[in-house]
Amino acid sequence: MTYLEVSSVGKSFTRGASTSEVLRDINLNIEKGEFVSIIGHSGCGKSTLLNLIAGLTETSAGGIILEKAEVTSPGPDRAVVFQNHSLLPWLTVYDNVKLAVAKVFARTKTAAERHDWIMENLHLVQMAHAKDKRPGEISGGMKQRVGIARALAMEPKILLLDEPFGALDALTRAHLQDQMTEIHSRLGNTVIMITHDVDEAVLLSDRIVMMTNGPAATIGEILEVPLQRPRNRLELASDRSYLKCREAVLKFLYERHRFVEAA
Amino acid sequence: MTLPAPAETNVTALPFKAPAATVTVLPRPARRLNFAGLAERLATVVIPPMVVLAVILTVWQVVFSQPGSSLPPPSEVWAQSYDLIVDPFFVYGSQDIGLGLRVLTSLQRVAIGFGLAAVLGIAIGAVIGQSKWMMRGLDPVFQILRTVPPLAWLPISLAAFMDSGPSAIFVIFITAIWPVIINTTVGVRNIPQDYRNVARVLRLNQLEFFFQIMLPAAAPYIFSGLRISIGLSWLAIVAAEMLTGGVGIGFFIWDAWNSSRLTDIIVALIYIGVVGFILDRLVALVGSFVTRGTSAN
Repeated sequence: MTYLEVSSVGKSFTRGASTSEVLRDINLNIEKGEFVSIIGHSGCGKSTLLNLIAGLTETSAGGIILEKAEVTSPGPDRAVVFQNHSLLPWLTVYDNVKLAVAKVFARTKTAAERHDWIMENLHLVQMAHAKDKRPGEISGGMKQRVGIARALAMEPKILLLDEPFGALDALTRAHLQDQMTEIHSRLGNTVIMITHDVDEAVLLSDRIVMMTNGPAATIGEILEVPLQRPRNRLELASDRSYLKCREAVLKFLYERHRFVEAA
Repeated sequence: MTLPAPAETNVTALPFKAPAATVTVLPRPARRLNFAGLAERLATVVIPPMVVLAVILTVWQVVFSQPGSSLPPPSEVWAQSYDLIVDPFFVYGSQDIGLGLRVLTSLQRVAIGFGLAAVLGIAIGAVIGQSKWMMRGLDPVFQILRTVPPLAWLPISLAAFMDSGPSAIFVIFITAIWPVIINTTVGVRNIPQDYRNVARVLRLNQLEFFFQIMLPAAAPYIFSGLRISIGLSWLAIVAAEMLTGGVGIGFFIWDAWNSSRLTDIIVALIYIGVVGFILDRLVALVGSFVTRGTSAN
């Protein structure tokens, strides 16, 4: 039974008389608990696709069904972690998560339960120690972790990550990737992650969705990553099937679908 | 055998040096330095304006001391308006009260007019900032109305309210509301799309969005608008009271002019300036307290 179903979705933006088709005929089925990465060159419409699934943008054609209900508007069942963390700078770390928890669990949890739930999620991303700090007082990696905690605290059906580690330095990124894998293996969330980092995609995903270049981008190929979990970054570095996956993605991106404008 | 030896030398060495040195020597220079630093900082803040003030008073005294000069020198102001300067809160009769009390009456009007302008201005600004069509429709009207000088509103508000009290308050309101509306609009339009997306994912309703996202995100803009507004309000009340009468500081100046008490006018001007300065700083202070953290992204 498919959990998330994206069927023949297209999206075009109209500005004045000119219409630009960004996505055409996207078909994607995702099972519950799956970790799927979407990779492609910049400008190919990855973020647009994520926004469509989040409901932040409306589809021009086709439809998206999440657990038998059509996606028409944004909601906490599809929590988004934005690239630039988008924490509210006037709230503390705790209050940022609380904003989400207070709204989502207003009727189902008591105040004490909500507090425990906020702290549990902050512990999960190892940010409980900084709960009274404001976003301006913590590092970029920490902000992103709080963003993840806020998204997880909504108990979403599907977690949407929009290049979550893109703005971080390589060491912090590796650290957060490991944390993300650990969280995924512990909670078994369904995750869609946008990335342009090949290693990140192979390391974290069950499947990698490779997008062709725009305009009118679509899914070029879907790669199954046949690696056992838990995965270890060091062991995988010389693993043959890891290298094969990596090669397949690189070939797709740089041989068959070179980004012409970048040259 | 090697380990205890350095430990022993450490233990014996530390107590000998440490208490004698730290207790007697450290605190004293620290305190002296603090006092000196504080006095120095205070001096750099206080002395320059004091010098300027002294120069102004001296020049003023010299220039207006000749017989037949049109304005009184500071010494005459001090002598003739002594009771006004020394006791701001005296009450000798219903029309003969201290300037402090008059200022308070004016401030009361300002508080009502400015308060209404702040609340309505933020509300209207929020609506306009959220809606492109409201913006297109209302912005040109506001841009024209905001250039109307405060006193030009007075006759029409006198006609509408048939009473000088509410009219004066209306003049303050109508003067103070434009900067609040315009700044709130700009602030709301500048709310990052990310915050809006967060609100949409959480499905915040209009009211929750207003209080939890819009107000804090636009607060720096709103407060710069409020700061302009409080200045304009104070500007408007003095002018309005000169025409409407009553017990305010504005009417006091007009009254003093009519009875040729020039020295009283000078004292009143200083009161107005000081109060205006305090109002401005007060709003700025509240603003910096409320908006702490908002710009720290």
